[in-house]
Order: sequence, then structure tokens, then C-alpha cells
Amino acid sequence: MTDVHDTSDIDAGEDVLEEDAADGRDPENGQDAENGQDQANGEDTASVETERRHLHEVWVSGTEERFPFSAATNEGAQELLPREEDPALAIQAGVAVEDDYVTEPEVSDEERQIINMGPQHPSTHGVLRLQMELEGETIRRVKPIVGYLHTGMEKTAEVLNYAQGSTNVTRMDYLAPFHNELVYSLTVEQLLGIDVPERANAIRVLMTELNRVSSHLLWAATMGMDIGALSMMIYGWREREVCLDFFEKTTGLRMNHNYIRPGGVAADLPDGWEDDVDNLIDVVNEGVSEYEELLNENPIFLDRTMGVGVITPEECKQYGVTGPIARASGLAWDLRKAAPYSGIDQYEFDVPTGLHGDVHDRYLVRIAEIRESLRIVAQVKESMPRGDYRNPDPKVTPPPRKRIDESMEALIHHFKLFTEGIVVPPGTAYQSVEGPRGELGCYLVSKGGARPWRMHWRAPSFAAVQALPAMMTDSLVADVVAALASADPVLGDVDR
Amino acid sequence: MAGVSKEPGFLVTTLEKGVNWARTNSMWPASFGLACCAIEMMGTGAAHNDLARFGMEVFRASPRQADLMIVAGRVSQKMAPVLRQVYDQMAEPKWVISMGACASSGGMFNNYALVQGVDQVVPVDMYVPGCPPGPQSLMHGILSLQQQIMDGEIRRSTGVL
Repeated sequence: MTDVHDTSDIDAGEDVLEEDAADGRDPENGQDAENGQDQANGEDTASVETERRHLHEVWVSGTEERFPFSAATNEGAQELLPREEDPALAIQAGVAVEDDYVTEPEVSDEERQIINMGPQHPSTHGVLRLQMELEGETIRRVKPIVGYLHTGMEKTAEVLNYAQGSTNVTRMDYLAPFHNELVYSLTVEQLLGIDVPERANAIRVLMTELNRVSSHLLWAATMGMDIGALSMMIYGWREREVCLDFFEKTTGLRMNHNYIRPGGVAADLPDGWEDDVDNLIDVVNEGVSEYEELLNENPIFLDRTMGVGVITPEECKQYGVTGPIARASGLAWDLRKAAPYSGIDQYEFDVPTGLHGDVHDRYLVRIAEIRESLRIVAQVKESMPRGDYRNPDPKVTPPPRKRIDESMEALIHHFKLFTEGIVVPPGTAYQSVEGPRGELGCYLVSKGGARPWRMHWRAPSFAAVQALPAMMTDSLVADVVAALASADPVLGDVDR
Repeated sequence: MAGVSKEPGFLVTTLEKGVNWARTNSMWPASFGLACCAIEMMGTGAAHNDLARFGMEVFRASPRQADLMIVAGRVSQKMAPVLRQVYDQMAEPKWVISMGACASSGGMFNNYALVQGVDQVVPVDMYVPGCPPGPQSLMHGILSLQQQIMDGEIRRSTGVL
């Protein structure tokens, strides 16, 4: 009797009627009434559901209102709203720029124009698109549009097992592949509840700090090129190649290394790595001194960077901006000090901070960070522990090739690891590290098994792009490129 | 000219060689950097690898001034129309290098977001394998393309898919 309303079959209905009669109930009235009522209810809920689906409303946290959500990715949905209707305008008011230009208090609509920069533009550092509303030379509104490099990596991670995952994540922020791998591995290790040997930790710190150096060197190169110091492009790459050579010698690849993996690192450091690191430290230190000689007292460089693209510590906190941008505005926030990982707290280093939060302070902070990272690298080199570079757990680390010939157990473990993958218990984990661009976080949800159920990344570049309007509003068009370059967004990190 | 050579088409073939030679050695790439490969493309142009040796160091920001588009990186569904528009804006003759696994075939990202090979959007002359291809690979691809141009005809129709 219970499922009677679900049977739409007429033949089945006759059987039901007979059963009803047998139960002693009136088959005509009772059933029809009940049936009709239920059908009406079903229609009601269905229509409400469709209505809800067609409304496309989105609830914005902190308000009681619902805003219409034009979710389609057509370009029409990305037009700038009229000034009166733009809710973002209230929070985008940047600091007033004092310079030798005059801004008219009243500007007619003829002088107001909307300029589109990107997605194919040499100084957007990839495929960022900025919509800017200009009044003459002054920028009144900026709207960053992202998604031109959306690769679906978080979705792809759900079909890759944990052992394959670091191949995927290393391609997110392609200037900081080691940091991506490190935070992913730390999160998986947190889910597994395992530790890695001392030597693995030291190698991880060594590689990530060198990665910070190479990332900042590339930043110096592109930033110099963007604001007109073209020779910086040559010099920055000259030193970066030394770092890349060491990466290639250690991992086999210049980029996208897939070297730091859950359970340790893929291989031990190569023979003679101490000499390479020594040489690298000398070359990079010398190179950085050369940059400072070139730029620090260069009047054009100072004019283009000082007082430009200012962001206050409060705005940094509001937008979630971390890393060198936040430190340049005076927030001494560094996850290496605040939440140390991989034993990085045993090394001595300082957290450089700025005062003004402008482009020039970001330059100073990043240059100082290169030197601090090299300090850490030198200490790691001195205190590199001996021992294994991988966790000996056979469920995580594949056995050495030799053991496969000798032991059946090793063969089985090898086979299971490379067919099924690392099996992780159910749970959720979040881990973050201090990447070259700020707090880089990985959130994993596991339902058990060898593949994550959901992966999400906290991308520092995304917050930086989000804060671009605060840096650029009410400044000059010429300063857009400087502010953008100083924010150092990597679009692979923003869009993933 | 009859005294010079009895072979037919001497003048035209010599002209063709000259034009091809000129095209080969001053090919300016449009900077179409998308992802990881763009960094290696920049590295190829920088001092250490010095793409200027092959007359190609002038990365142009404007497609109107460029002869070669190096599609460096993964092309998302959202970026594909932009890519096609940039290609259409380039003046003939023009060539396309698909740099890296993602641009050539979608690479490891077989999902909803990526165009599975940039040859679905623009005609590709040379594929450079690697993820990302190192500067040497890219230079090999460029030299191969130059050889292809040297051996080819002046007249060719591009932009037809």
C-alpha cells in the first residue's frame, strides 16, 4: 500500500484496487482523493524548483538582499555597470594620488571613456583583462576580469590519484612549482598522518627557498621591462638561469618539476650540490647588487614607482592580500614565522617589511627577500642532515628497484602503488605555505580511497588581482602597468 | 635572359628563393604568452639562449607587426576566440607554432575547460613537444619552421581551416 502513488501503470493499479478492497477500505473515494492530493503536491514542488532554477539568484553574504546573477560567460555580462548601480564603487576608492596633474571636479560624459586592457597584452603577465573607466588620464574605476586561463585543475585533481596529484598542481602557479608541490604534499601527509624524514624536510626548504629566489628574479626582470628598464629583462634572466640549471640538475626539469611528492621528495640531491649552491648564492647575490646599482638611484625608476599603486594595511586585510604586497604596506605577516612548516623555523632569517605600501616598497621587499632566502639556503647547506629522503612507509613510497627482485611484498606494494595509488583515509585537511606571492593554501576533502573527493586552492595571486582596483583607482593610466607588475599576479595561479 | 639559362622558370625560382630567405631570417613573433610555456619562451628570448641569433628576438606586442604566432601555453575555451581574433589581425604571410603539450593536444588536461589542441582554432605549422619545451626545443621548432619556409613556395593560403 505504501508505494501505490508511484505506480503509474494501469495494470498495476487494478491489482492495487483489489488489495484495497481486501483491506476493507473504499477503493473509489479513498484512493482517488489521496492520489489527487499527492499529484497536486508534486506539481507544486516541481514548479517551485524550476522557478528557483530560473531565477538565478545569488545570495551575497552579509546582506539580506539577493542580487540577480547573470552567470553566463558571454562578454555581455561583463560590462561595467552604470556608476550609480555599481556596488563595488564604494569599496574601490583608492588613495588620492598627488601629482602634477589637475583633475577637474566635474567631468562631462564625453570625456569619460572605458578602455579595455588585455587579455592579450604584453604587460598583463599572462591573460588578465582589465576594464578601466577613465576621465582623461585618470582612472576612476578598474574591473579585473579573470578566467582566460581557467584550466579546470581542481576538477582534474578529482580523477588523478594522490601520487599523480603533484604533477597536476605543479602547473598551477608555474613560477612557484616547488611551493605548489610542497603544500599539496603537506596536505596529503596531514590526511595520511605521516611525517617525512629530516633530510626530506631540509631538501624541501632548500628547493622552495631557491624557488622563491627564481620567482623574484623573474619578477624583477618583467617588472623592469614593464616600466621601461628594459635591460632588467636580460639581467634578471641571467641569474634565473643559474637557478634553473640547479633545478634541472636536481629534478630533471627546468619547470613543473613534480619533485616534492607525498612522503618526501622524488630523488636525492645530485653529487656536488654543495658547490652548485655555493656558486648560485654568490652569483645571485652579485646580480642582485647589480640590480640595486642600476635601479635604486635611477630617477626615472624612482618617479615611476614611489607613491604609485598604494595599498594600506587595512585594505590588505580586507582583500586577503598576503605576501610581499602586504609586507610592503607594513604588515609583518609571513607564514614561515607565523605557522612554520617543514622545519623552516630552525633557520635564521628576517621578514623584511615596507612603510608606504607602494610599488617601490614592494621592489625593496622582494629584493630583500631574495637575500633572506639565500641566507636560509646557506644555512640549509651547512646543516643538511644525512639519512633517507623519503618516508619508509611502503604504502606511501614505492620500494627501491632492487627490492622488487628480492621480495614478493615489495613487488605487491609497487604494483598497488602504481595501479591504485596511495590510499588516504576519509577526512579534510588544509595546509598553507608562504609562497613567493603570499599564502598558498590547499584544501583537500577525502572520502577514503586513492583520489581526492574535492580539492580547492587558496591562491595568493587571486587576492592580489582582487585588490588591483584599490591600488589603481584614482591614479594615472601610466601607473597601471607599474601597479600591475608590482602585484606580480600569475594567471595560472588566479584561474587554475 | 635566354643566354643565362635554358631552364624554364629560372627567374621565378630564383626570386622565390630570395623572398623565402628574407622571410626566414626576419620573422617577428607575436608575444602570445598564456601559461608556463610563455616563461620558457621569454627565457628563449633572453640573453642565455639568445633567440636574436635567428633574427627573431623582436617579440611584437601588436599582431599587426608580427609574422609568427607562438601559442605558448594552454588555451582555454574562453581564450580561444581571442586567439583567433589575434590570428586574424596578423598580416599575411603568417605562421603558427604550437608550443607545448597543452597547445598541441590539451596535454594532461582532458577536461571541460581547455581546447584540446589549438589546431582546432588556427592552422598550425609546427608543433613543439614538451611540458614546457625547453629553449632548445623551441629553437629547434623555430629552425625547422624556417627550413620549411625555405623549401616552400611563396604563395600559400593560410587561415583556412
